[in-house]
Amino acid sequence: MSRQTPAPGARDQVARLLTLVPFLHHRDGVRLEEAAALLGTTPKQVVQDLKVLFMCGLPGGLPDDLIDVDLDAIVTEEGSPVTEGVIRVENADYLARPLRLSATEASAMIVALRMLRDTGSAGATPELVDRVLAKLEAAAGAPHVEITPSPRDAQQVRVAQLTALVDEAVARGVQLRLLYFVPSRDEESERVVDPYGVVAHGVFSYLDAHCHRAEDDRLFRLDRITKAELLPSPRTTPARAPRDLAEGLFNDDATPDATVVTLRLEPPATWATDYYPMRDVRPREDGSAEVDLVVVDRRWLTRLLLRLAPHATVVRPAEFTETFTARAQETLSLYR
Amino acid sequence: MPAPKSERLLNLLIMLLVQRRPIAKERIRELLYPDSRPDAFEKMFERDKEELRSLGVPIEVATIDPLFEDEVGYRIPPEAFALPDVELTQEEAAVVGIASRVWQHATMAQATTDAVRKLTAAGIDVDLDALEIARPLLTAEEPAFERCWVAVCERTAIEFDYQRPDADAPMRRRVQPWGVVRYSGRWYLVGYDADRRAERVFRLSRVQGEVRLVGPPGAYDVPPETDVRQIARRMAPPMPTTTAVLLVREGAGHGLRRAAERIEVGVAGPDDHTGWDRLVLVRPTQGLADEVLSHGPDVVLVEPVAVREQVVARLTQALS
Repeated sequence: MSRQTPAPGARDQVARLLTLVPFLHHRDGVRLEEAAALLGTTPKQVVQDLKVLFMCGLPGGLPDDLIDVDLDAIVTEEGSPVTEGVIRVENADYLARPLRLSATEASAMIVALRMLRDTGSAGATPELVDRVLAKLEAAAGAPHVEITPSPRDAQQVRVAQLTALVDEAVARGVQLRLLYFVPSRDEESERVVDPYGVVAHGVFSYLDAHCHRAEDDRLFRLDRITKAELLPSPRTTPARAPRDLAEGLFNDDATPDATVVTLRLEPPATWATDYYPMRDVRPREDGSAEVDLVVVDRRWLTRLLLRLAPHATVVRPAEFTETFTARAQETLSLYR
Repeated sequence: MPAPKSERLLNLLIMLLVQRRPIAKERIRELLYPDSRPDAFEKMFERDKEELRSLGVPIEVATIDPLFEDEVGYRIPPEAFALPDVELTQEEAAVVGIASRVWQHATMAQATTDAVRKLTAAGIDVDLDALEIARPLLTAEEPAFERCWVAVCERTAIEFDYQRPDADAPMRRRVQPWGVVRYSGRWYLVGYDADRRAERVFRLSRVQGEVRLVGPPGAYDVPPETDVRQIARRMAPPMPTTTAVLLVREGAGHGLRRAAERIEVGVAGPDDHTGWDRLVLVRPTQGLADEVLSHGPDVVLVEPVAVREQVVARLTQALS
């Protein structure tokens, strides 16, 4: 008994079949599991799709008019899919070509290619990308969509290039020399590191590395690395996978100096909750918020409080208020 | 039992695709919807056509017999249906593979995945392994992005509430979108503003709430030779900047020093604990006071005077 496909899936099923039939047409001996991988679905679903195809064909309904699918090769007698089974479809030549790219597909692809070309990354030379663009634009058939990325989103390109450099250093097992800017200390320092890899967290990417200056593992925000070069010297610490930042940047146990600070942010300062990792944010009725954040470097907190002045105040611990007040007074005195 | 819907859709597609001439609705009904009542058939047929169209299947309405113009039928022109031949070298196919990993926006990433699937189905082998290499990433966090993109692709008019920074409340705008542009790290919509009867540029992050599609697709044409990137550059409100003069303590303010246009070393400063340097730099006006304040007693803003007064007022208030 054939199971009726639920209606919402009908469109997707047709879409899959319009891709699957040409795929089979262009290749010999495609196994069920390969087809499933191409379509991003399960072998069982592909069998169900093919059972629908089996019922389709030219109008008239004569046996010769129907598409033929060799179901025995891909389903056991009990009805479970045979992943190694080779799919054979006949009588479906009129579906031998896939659908044109939709306007969204074509434009998404073209914009991504332009981005590649403009950033010159991944060894894709502008000439090579232009050839691909020309071929796809000709094939897209969609009305030309006027969508353009910014030619150079400098920061992003820089991050991509640094990521490539880090990957290369990791692959070759060599050290990197960095010039690194730390805004919280307002200092720029040179470090030699053994890189583990690049990890993303929130909107930023970080280099996880063993820093020979700190003699410990450190995270470096890629956009704050002002210079980086590969060194010929091999790494002196063992490589490992970069750490998982899913749990946040700060592992409180691992940073003994960390203090949890509670701040009161007035509405003009609440934007900070989107920019800095907060452990907890408690919005209040009047639009302000009380937030907890983990502070490792006190100077960083003082700078943050100054930046947000007068819209941020320390709820606890009190010592941070004293530091901030002293700093603010000193600053104000310079304007007198 | 009626045929499953996917079977009906596919049979409809095949029928309209293989016939040379347009097929009359009545004939379609006989063959594919034999058991349905007339009103039910109308409804089902309309929906089925829409579903196929939403997949990108071009269904045309055409006159069956040139002598009887009121008798129309349906067809799918094979040349408009199928992907034309695309030949890509291995190297070019690899570039397509990398490009399909550029988008970080879910819908756009899906669109590039679907595109790669179609190319693969056309016989091109796009290698998706071994592609964990550096590539630029494209993001679009603005909630309005997706609808605007769809509207541009489909040429559908839209309306939305737009908050200008200088207005008290958002205003309803009706726009025929021409394009979506990424420009200095932000997404903009470029289009024809139906109320103001002129081209306009909208920053997507200032769109409030939902973008609504209004009317049918293909409702207007983009004027030929329109260069949306150029329009965006011309019309996007530039970020107001100002020339700032700062006194910076020796050895401090590295970020500011890197951005400085001029640095005068060893000038008279507000105290003599350390030496002072004078920096001249162009900065966005917004956020200048924040930036100066964050440096505490290492940086003193001299000009612009208005921002200097803000700095003093904020410090005074913080200490009161």
